[in-house]
Amino acid sequence: MAKDGLNEFKLVGTRPDRPDGLDKVTGRARYGADFSLPGMLWGAVVRSPHAHAKIVKIDATKALAMEGVKAVVTRADFPEGLSGEDWDLQENTIAGEKALYDGHAVAAVAATSKLIAEDAARLIEVEYEVLPHVIDVDDAMAEGAPVIREGAADPTVPEGLHPNVVKYMEFGHGDVEKGFAEADIVREKSYKTEATHQGYIEPHACVGQMGRDDKGEMWVCTQGQWFIRKMCTAVLGVEASQLRVTPSEIGGGFGGKTTIFMEPLSLALSRKAGGRPVKIVMSRSEVLRATGPTASASMDVKIGMKKDGTITGARAEFRMQGGAFPGAPVDMALYCAFAGYKLENVQHIGYDVLANRPKCAAYRAPGSPMGAFAVESLVDEMAAELELDPIAVRQKNAVRSGDKASYGPKFGSIGLVEVLDALKDHPNLQAELGENQGRGFAVGYWFNHNGETSVSMAIGEDGTAQVSIGTPDIGGSRASVSLMVAETLGIPYEDVRVNVVETGALGVNEPTHGSRATFATGKAAVEATGHAIKEMCRRAAAEWGIDEDAVEWVDGAAQPAGPNAGKFPPMTIKEIAGNMGSTGGPISGHHESVPDGVGASFGAHAVDLEVDPETGRVTILRYLVVQDAGRAIHPSYVEGQYQGGAAQGIGWALNEEYVYDDKGRLANPIFLDYRVPVASDLPMIDTVIVEVPNPGHPFGVRGVGETGITPPLPAIANAIADAVGVRMTHLPISPPKLLAALKSR
Amino acid sequence: MAQVTVHLWSGLRRLTDGAETVEVEASTVGEALDALATAHPGVKPVLDAGVSVVIDGEMTTSRHQQITPDNEIYLMQRLKGG
Repeated sequence: MAKDGLNEFKLVGTRPDRPDGLDKVTGRARYGADFSLPGMLWGAVVRSPHAHAKIVKIDATKALAMEGVKAVVTRADFPEGLSGEDWDLQENTIAGEKALYDGHAVAAVAATSKLIAEDAARLIEVEYEVLPHVIDVDDAMAEGAPVIREGAADPTVPEGLHPNVVKYMEFGHGDVEKGFAEADIVREKSYKTEATHQGYIEPHACVGQMGRDDKGEMWVCTQGQWFIRKMCTAVLGVEASQLRVTPSEIGGGFGGKTTIFMEPLSLALSRKAGGRPVKIVMSRSEVLRATGPTASASMDVKIGMKKDGTITGARAEFRMQGGAFPGAPVDMALYCAFAGYKLENVQHIGYDVLANRPKCAAYRAPGSPMGAFAVESLVDEMAAELELDPIAVRQKNAVRSGDKASYGPKFGSIGLVEVLDALKDHPNLQAELGENQGRGFAVGYWFNHNGETSVSMAIGEDGTAQVSIGTPDIGGSRASVSLMVAETLGIPYEDVRVNVVETGALGVNEPTHGSRATFATGKAAVEATGHAIKEMCRRAAAEWGIDEDAVEWVDGAAQPAGPNAGKFPPMTIKEIAGNMGSTGGPISGHHESVPDGVGASFGAHAVDLEVDPETGRVTILRYLVVQDAGRAIHPSYVEGQYQGGAAQGIGWALNEEYVYDDKGRLANPIFLDYRVPVASDLPMIDTVIVEVPNPGHPFGVRGVGETGITPPLPAIANAIADAVGVRMTHLPISPPKLLAALKSR
Repeated sequence: MAQVTVHLWSGLRRLTDGAETVEVEASTVGEALDALATAHPGVKPVLDAGVSVVIDGEMTTSRHQQITPDNEIYLMQRLKGG
């Protein structure tokens, strides 16, 4: 039973089976590629083999002559005149004048079978004029770098910077030079991280159908059906209301399925093929070449520290490329970088830079892992130099509720101190370490998010509840929403069914991003349930002939609120529901808002690892995640988020990276070469759920999905430094890199 | 309406005649944003592209939220997540 000192719950905090579990383990659940329709065509996409090239000519004559080919689309089939983010989406969906990265779509074909479509795609002849390209973020900012798009910079960019710099930001407070002057030691270091992919198991898949009247439907794996609708219709130049989008089950997203890639192509092909539905399923190679990886980063950090560990001044200058379009999460990286520290003097500078790579998409706490790597590495190194306990240094400088954040506003309720206390007390920290073994720590942060949210719920004739939500279930949200609704209604968990619905069934919902589903959808579901409860109390009051204010809801039943209200036995939800046809009709509730009260989440990780000095291979021995959930509605899924974030962060730290050849072509577009951690790479990941309830949520929820990926990057670098005395400043710390560093000691 | 202080990220300084905080007459978030755009037209494209407004440490998206001179008001880059 979960407690926060104020409330005790019967269901919230328990661990029932997830409602969608059986479907998912038996193959009954329908994912993106499982959906088919009568008369359906298959789509295939022609992609640029060049990192940067002018498209001189596209000739589809041979493809169109193939039996079974029904349509070919190029950029000429899309409207002109889009601007801003809509133009970026359209340009990324299908290239216009230039191909901007290896894998950029330049044409698409629909045919009666997948094989015919793929064969036809090979027959589409594209003539390119290859242009100079640039891959590295620092290279892209340098004088003489190929210009990817003239005039892409927004008004914040100072004059004199390379045209590839498209956004500039600067913020901070205090006097950072004064802060450095007050320090006993000041250290400055540069760090780099490489782009990584979200690595979801399920590739992108959709079936799109659109007639010549521009009315259409889409079935798609996505984190946000309303965003898909808005983006696809913008790219196609049709009214959003004319497209109905139904989400499938989703085999992972992590931010990478909050945007569009080939979905508008299926609609455009369908429209051109006379309205026949068109299915497109990406290959893994296409996913890696052409869907959102995260940004790569180049970062300079400078910190001043007193002998007792007090940080007196801090400065970060981050440069990030997010592909050939604006949108690298450098702003978020800067906001999160020093978020764990109470700083009187701090300065942040950031550059969003274009490069000839695929357009980045959100990835779990976008930007925060890179910033954490740079800052937490330097804090750790300085603590070691001063012979201070690394956890104590973090405790000494830790932000508390009401403190001014490094990025300006003051914090509400936060639980970093409680997280650090729990970390320090964990048994993992007592384990003895052997030769070439080391222990590392780091903290991480994410804001969490609210977003547009709409939920409706209906009481069934049998007293059960049907809840319609607009956020796809990527982390157990059906279970957590069911628990919150059941707790509020006072009925069994099994009597609540949560359905993820299509865009025609609810008001707008933002995607499942920003760790918002359990917070925002849950809060809206509780509000909607409250409306239904009020109506059930009103029905009971009418039946008893008393004032509705004299009725309260307790344990799944209406009852008189006190002895003066009258003596009536409780009227259960089943009784009220069973009679609803004769007492006024269906009983339901709904709620639409951008829920306020978001609560930020801090986490701290501890890792023990061993370095093989002969190969540079790192073996994770123990891993501990401690994080403030606010309230763990379903602790198993909170632990799953903690473990999943850590696993992805471990991959980012040790192996994952986009490798480009000298022509700017992705050299590792399959999972054999793009190496995500597998089960045998990881130990059991221990978790501690800290619960400092968020006062902005009826059950105290903060949101837990993202913070967990931030600390692994620096925690592992710190542990390697502890193990072998080598400070690695460029991720991933793959065996060849670490071996080279060991040999050059 | 009363005079409220809006904290900007300092990268906007070149669009606000060097100011990192701007005083505007407003009683709601929407009025503050509109007044900011009127006083400094260069900021309007940035506001139109989307910003997050943080009132006393809590992000709001409502233009109708009431504000007073006692509130701490920050503009931040638009927040979302993965």
